[in-house]
Amino acid sequence: MNVSIPKETDPSEKRVAISPDNVAAFAKLGYDVRVEAGAGESANFPDSTYEKAGAAIVSDTTEIWSQADLLLKLNPPTMEEASMIREGATLISFAYPARNEDLLKALGEKKINFLGMDCVPRISRAQSMDALSSMANVAGYRAVVEASHRFGRFFTGQITAAGKVPPAKILIIGAGVAGLAAIGAARNMGAIVRAFDTRPAVKEEVKSLGGEFLELDFEEDGAGSGGYAKVMSKEFIEAEMKLFAEQAEEVDVIITTAMIPGKKSPVLITEDMVKSMKRGSVIVDLAAEGGGNCELTEPGEAKVVHGVNILGYTDLPSRLPTQSSRLYGNNLFKLVNLLGTADEFSIDQEDEVVRGALVLDEGKLSWPPPKMEVSQQPAKPKEEPAPVTEEKEADGPSIFSPGMMLGLLALILLALGWKGESEFLDQLTVFVLACFVGYMVVWNVSPSLHTPLMSVTNAISGIILIGGMLFVTGAEPWADTKSILAGVAIFLATINVAGGFLVTHRMLKMFRKE
Amino acid sequence: MTTGLVTTAYLVSGILFVLSLGGLSKQESARKGNLYGILGMALAIIATFVQLSLDPEGVINFQFLAPLMIGGAVIGTILAKRVEMTSMPELVAILHSFVGAAAVLVGLSTFLDPANALMTGSEKLIHEIEILLGVFIGGVTFTGSVIAFGKLRGSLSGKPLLLPGRHMLNLGMLGAAIWFGSQFLEQGHADPDRTILLTDPAGISLLIVMGISFVLGVHLILAIGGADMPVVVSMLNSYSGWAAAAAGFMLKNDLLIITGALVGSSGAILSYIMCKAMNRSLANVIFGGFGTRSGSSPGAGSEVEGTITETTADEVAEELKEAKEVMIVPGYGMAVAQAQHVVKDITETLRTKDVNVRFAIHPVAGRLPGHMNVLLAEANVPYDIVFEMDEINADLPEVDVLLVVGANDIVNPSALEDSSSPIAGMPVIEAWNAKYVVALKRSMAAGYSGVENPLYFKDNTDMLFGDAKDTLSAVFAKLG
Repeated sequence: MNVSIPKETDPSEKRVAISPDNVAAFAKLGYDVRVEAGAGESANFPDSTYEKAGAAIVSDTTEIWSQADLLLKLNPPTMEEASMIREGATLISFAYPARNEDLLKALGEKKINFLGMDCVPRISRAQSMDALSSMANVAGYRAVVEASHRFGRFFTGQITAAGKVPPAKILIIGAGVAGLAAIGAARNMGAIVRAFDTRPAVKEEVKSLGGEFLELDFEEDGAGSGGYAKVMSKEFIEAEMKLFAEQAEEVDVIITTAMIPGKKSPVLITEDMVKSMKRGSVIVDLAAEGGGNCELTEPGEAKVVHGVNILGYTDLPSRLPTQSSRLYGNNLFKLVNLLGTADEFSIDQEDEVVRGALVLDEGKLSWPPPKMEVSQQPAKPKEEPAPVTEEKEADGPSIFSPGMMLGLLALILLALGWKGESEFLDQLTVFVLACFVGYMVVWNVSPSLHTPLMSVTNAISGIILIGGMLFVTGAEPWADTKSILAGVAIFLATINVAGGFLVTHRMLKMFRKE
Repeated sequence: MTTGLVTTAYLVSGILFVLSLGGLSKQESARKGNLYGILGMALAIIATFVQLSLDPEGVINFQFLAPLMIGGAVIGTILAKRVEMTSMPELVAILHSFVGAAAVLVGLSTFLDPANALMTGSEKLIHEIEILLGVFIGGVTFTGSVIAFGKLRGSLSGKPLLLPGRHMLNLGMLGAAIWFGSQFLEQGHADPDRTILLTDPAGISLLIVMGISFVLGVHLILAIGGADMPVVVSMLNSYSGWAAAAAGFMLKNDLLIITGALVGSSGAILSYIMCKAMNRSLANVIFGGFGTRSGSSPGAGSEVEGTITETTADEVAEELKEAKEVMIVPGYGMAVAQAQHVVKDITETLRTKDVNVRFAIHPVAGRLPGHMNVLLAEANVPYDIVFEMDEINADLPEVDVLLVVGANDIVNPSALEDSSSPIAGMPVIEAWNAKYVVALKRSMAAGYSGVENPLYFKDNTDMLFGDAKDTLSAVFAKLG
């Protein structure tokens, strides 16, 4: 079974589906990897690197499409490409099924199995296959780089001989994967970063990256399903817009990431806000593909309105082709790995990840998949069960409880006192006191010294040898059972004494401080 | 006057033993503690010789004693010098068995001592009960420790042997021992000279009690599984102390009583600490077998979601190079693989690169309380970078890379998250809070408790399969 990587045909697309690093991994699963000539050129993976990793280079476009068993791609195929696919082949790429009806129909006629990377369910098990997140991560990073490129000043603050440079202030709207990546990148460049998100749960993540989390005086949790935020109430949106208007006057860069899958992006930055921004400020609109979060965004374009740069690039991941291709290739590999090795390749619809990603099942439309409720952060917020407290045995107080033991001891003592065996009682006094002394002393022992403690107690319990010594009597002890028994006891106990102390000494010598 | 001196010497010796245990509470004073112990022991032996020489009838037979004591000392020295630090648990266990055996023998000797013939009434009764107890506790300690030794060495299977109706069996044995004990008390000595053991009915009863205690010791310890060994060993430590104390009662020797009580309570506290660290009661460990608690069976608990991601030594080395804070959580697997030295090499290399490397030790990691600390000390890891679980859990979110070396249950998140898990409530090292976790493991097999470990399925955890020594050596080679 082969895995085929055609060259992406969109002229603005610089990425390739897999990197040479993935070739060996696919080969390990038993797949023959075929790569179209020049596929990785623009991502700085020349053909030779794929060849070196064990892939076959196919120079004829028709050949790579028509002989493919498993096609791996980034963008959904064009109608022309779709016509070249062999009947019954499997295709994995971004699918965008909602806006590609014609394509799905064409592929459906050819009984194609089509898995959409954008349809992989966003559950924790499938995180390693979540290409949307990988690409969002790249986009978030690149957004900061693009902003810095357009921005006329440093991001970081400096005090130089020529004067003080204030740091740039950046507002990031939406702390999803792209937003968080942008926060991280902007912080690393030294900017002051503020972030806003309707989901209070992301506050910690924003803070952990060094961003400041802006909050409204308003109680409403915007956590929705599938890792996206839900649409908020009218009042909330008003409060939110007021906050953005205030911030717009102050900040130098705004990066917006508020996307709603399959819908028009909400307008968060109005023309008035843009007008209020300083000249030379930058807005990077990562939601441009859905129309943009800024009223003035033109998808795919960069323009200057009211002295503010408004960047509506929709190809940010493709602007870091090497990185994006690596990450996408890894996502693809994890998904293929789930489908099985070359010999045992199967599309297992029982698996919710596969089921979710499956757009066409042997040509039959199977999208959208049956609903399933998922949250991106299971068990993290408050649901975490309180640490289970010690499970007391249900069946009454244990006979080992200290109270019972003490009571028992008192009873025995009382009984003995009644009997009035004074010598024994003296010994018992010594015994009980010694137990308490031992108890007090040993509680303080550092756990790292528990082993030496055991070996020392080993040694000192060899004290029983003096018991043995008391019984070795008479001029000819070897003729006397009692003395022989005692002799053996002495012998064993001396091993303890010598061995215990010496091994303790040896151990303690090893413990060293710096 | 001189008998007074002997008593004073015993008293001083007892104080020295207390100081010895007290000294071990801190690293700084630990060596002094050991020295106090040696002094106390020397003083006690000298005082005993003095006491014997004071006895008008006593003849100190050096020809008899010297070879025994010198022989014992030589063997003890050889054992202490030769033992590998990874085999410390075995050594400790076998030394316990010696104390147990010595207590049995001293008990039998006491029984044969003609001086006892003078006793009457309740004094005699108490004395004979003391003999019985000494022999019985000593017997259980002796065979129990031998079995523990076998399990720790691996010559016996670490799996618990769970006979049907084993609680009844134990109770039955205890009952039989009590019955034969009462026979022993009734029978008294037939032979006034007390030279024979086997033909005397009371002697036979005593031997039967001894035999029962031997079988009971074997059976008790066989029923306890490998990873509960820290509890078993400290429990036997405690028993050996009680055996010595019982001998002290028989002999009316205060020093023996004091020392036995010290050792006994020390072992009892260690057992308690170990049980606490597993969130189980002592009774549960001794009689429980594992997972037999009603309502939960091994492997119960919720299904684990997520996938295993495997990594390579190269990648781990890369991660370590990038890290600022590294934590290492060793477990029994490190001892088995003898990986402590390569762990230390990695630690050294990273520390020269200004990486803060620390160790986190769970109280029941390994097969002996404090086992991991000794292994790390042997490998020359300074003890001030080795921390206890409670000290370190709060710091884990700061850790960039956490290496789990051959540990399983002690880093299992289901102990805290899943109330249906058999190990629910056990305090664990919260490894999953670290930014990135690498678990070194031989295979995906579940830990001792048989519980699946969700840590391995977490997104921030990668697995590095193979023998810990080999994989870590590979990591070390890439670090250089």
